[in-house]
Amino acid sequence: MESDNLEFILDHFKNPRNYGTIEDADFSYEEGIPSCGDVIRLDLRIKNNKLDDIKFSGTGCAISQASVSILTESVEGMEVSKVLSFTDNDMLEALGGQVSPIRFKCALLGLTVLKKALIEKKSAP
Amino acid sequence: MEKLIKSATVLDPHLIKNDFPVFKRRVNGKPLIYLDNAATSQKPESVINSIDNYYRNHNSNIHRGVHTLSYESTVMYEEAHKKVAEFIGAEDWRNIIFTRNATESINLLAYGWGLHNLKEGDEILITIMEHHSNIVPWQMLRDLKGIKINVLGVDEKGNLKLDDLPGLLSERTKLVSVIHASNVLGTVNPVKYITQEAKKVGALVLIDAAQSIPHLSIDVNDIGCDFLVASGHKMLGPTGIGFIYGRTELLQDMEPFMYGGDMIEKVTIEKTTWNELPWKFEAGTPNIVGGIGLGVAVDYLQNIGLTNIYNHEEELLVYALEKMAEYDWIKIYGHKSDSQSVGVISFNIEGIHPHDVAGMLDEQGIAVRSGHHCAQPLMRELSMDFAARVSFYLYNTKEEIDLCIETLKKIKKLFE
Repeated sequence: MESDNLEFILDHFKNPRNYGTIEDADFSYEEGIPSCGDVIRLDLRIKNNKLDDIKFSGTGCAISQASVSILTESVEGMEVSKVLSFTDNDMLEALGGQVSPIRFKCALLGLTVLKKALIEKKSAP
Repeated sequence: MEKLIKSATVLDPHLIKNDFPVFKRRVNGKPLIYLDNAATSQKPESVINSIDNYYRNHNSNIHRGVHTLSYESTVMYEEAHKKVAEFIGAEDWRNIIFTRNATESINLLAYGWGLHNLKEGDEILITIMEHHSNIVPWQMLRDLKGIKINVLGVDEKGNLKLDDLPGLLSERTKLVSVIHASNVLGTVNPVKYITQEAKKVGALVLIDAAQSIPHLSIDVNDIGCDFLVASGHKMLGPTGIGFIYGRTELLQDMEPFMYGGDMIEKVTIEKTTWNELPWKFEAGTPNIVGGIGLGVAVDYLQNIGLTNIYNHEEELLVYALEKMAEYDWIKIYGHKSDSQSVGVISFNIEGIHPHDVAGMLDEQGIAVRSGHHCAQPLMRELSMDFAARVSFYLYNTKEEIDLCIETLKKIKKLFE
């Protein structure tokens, strides 16, 4: 990974954006990767079909936690339909396009949780 | 005498590296530093060549027909059983059953022995140190047969709580199944002592030697165990081949695990009788080339000498532990007593997820494992959840350890 890109990811890991929970969230969803123990929970509030507020919490490696932080910045205020068409590639590009394929699972966990929250509308435990 | 041998022979890892083609490649532009040997070992040229040679010159099915290739294949495959038998001091090659790996070996025993011999109220003793492969098959039996699984614990130093052992053994204990060397902590357990204790109550003893057999000399008669299992791929052999050693009378009494071709003596539609050992337990066309490759791996290990390998790894282990202890932000699990240990160190760096540690080491061509190491109960017991792990073998050097620690320092700095 180029050092600029690494700096960018480490900055999000050390100073996560939109970290926390939403009390009266419309959707909440939590999922992890059992093999590595990373867990991400997302709380969402929808207004006028737009993602009005998004907060995440969780634990895990720098890639998974920075990715979800970057993701929340990318999708906040976005129309729900646009969020649903946000692709894995969009996510990897938002990360600077330099994540090694070995770490794709970590990098895409946040997006997976976000889509499941919107599609399955499940509540986090 | 042991001391004399120790000082007389020194293994040169730089020369040994030449025997392993993988070290010619680079990873992320850097020479490969392979410190993930507890997951699997690299393969010497002789093992790779034996696979190539088999398919080029001898490929044929075993125990079928009279033609030359079939005869050669059969001899080569049986010869591989003999090599493994001699390697662990087994009395006869028919005491060695080839399987896919240690996991399949334990399953074979759970189904072939446990299913037919255990009844409700019987007990099995394992330890908290076990790999999942020596936990999950017994849970299957527990649920199916109503047996009880007792667990010997571990202290904060990473040693089994041997004082608790007598209290966990009784005439209800039918099997004691113990990991020889921990794949997380490196601790070598006193399996001979455990076997002696188990024998006092008449229990059978199974030793999981997957992590020990690549690194130290094993003699099944010295241990006194009834069964011993291991995987070939951790001891320089190919993947997809492992084995069980079993005492003759036990193997003879046991029911087959898999049924079908090659494991039969005589088949009628009404009834079938079983083939002689070990074929009774090797149903279907086996991994012939894997067995042959494992035999060549055993040759390689014996040429270098297990004592030399163990001494070399011990030197690396002591060196690495000393170096790592210089940094208070490296937390090392186990290794807090002077008990015997193989070259495995699980560790964490304060504030950094082990996946990030492993990922950033990989960028420098350094391969280490990160995760739960297939030993979740032990990890939970030691409150470690996830850890990075370095594990050494005969081709590793002190220079590689230095480079690894220098890189860890850089990673720590990046996260500050």
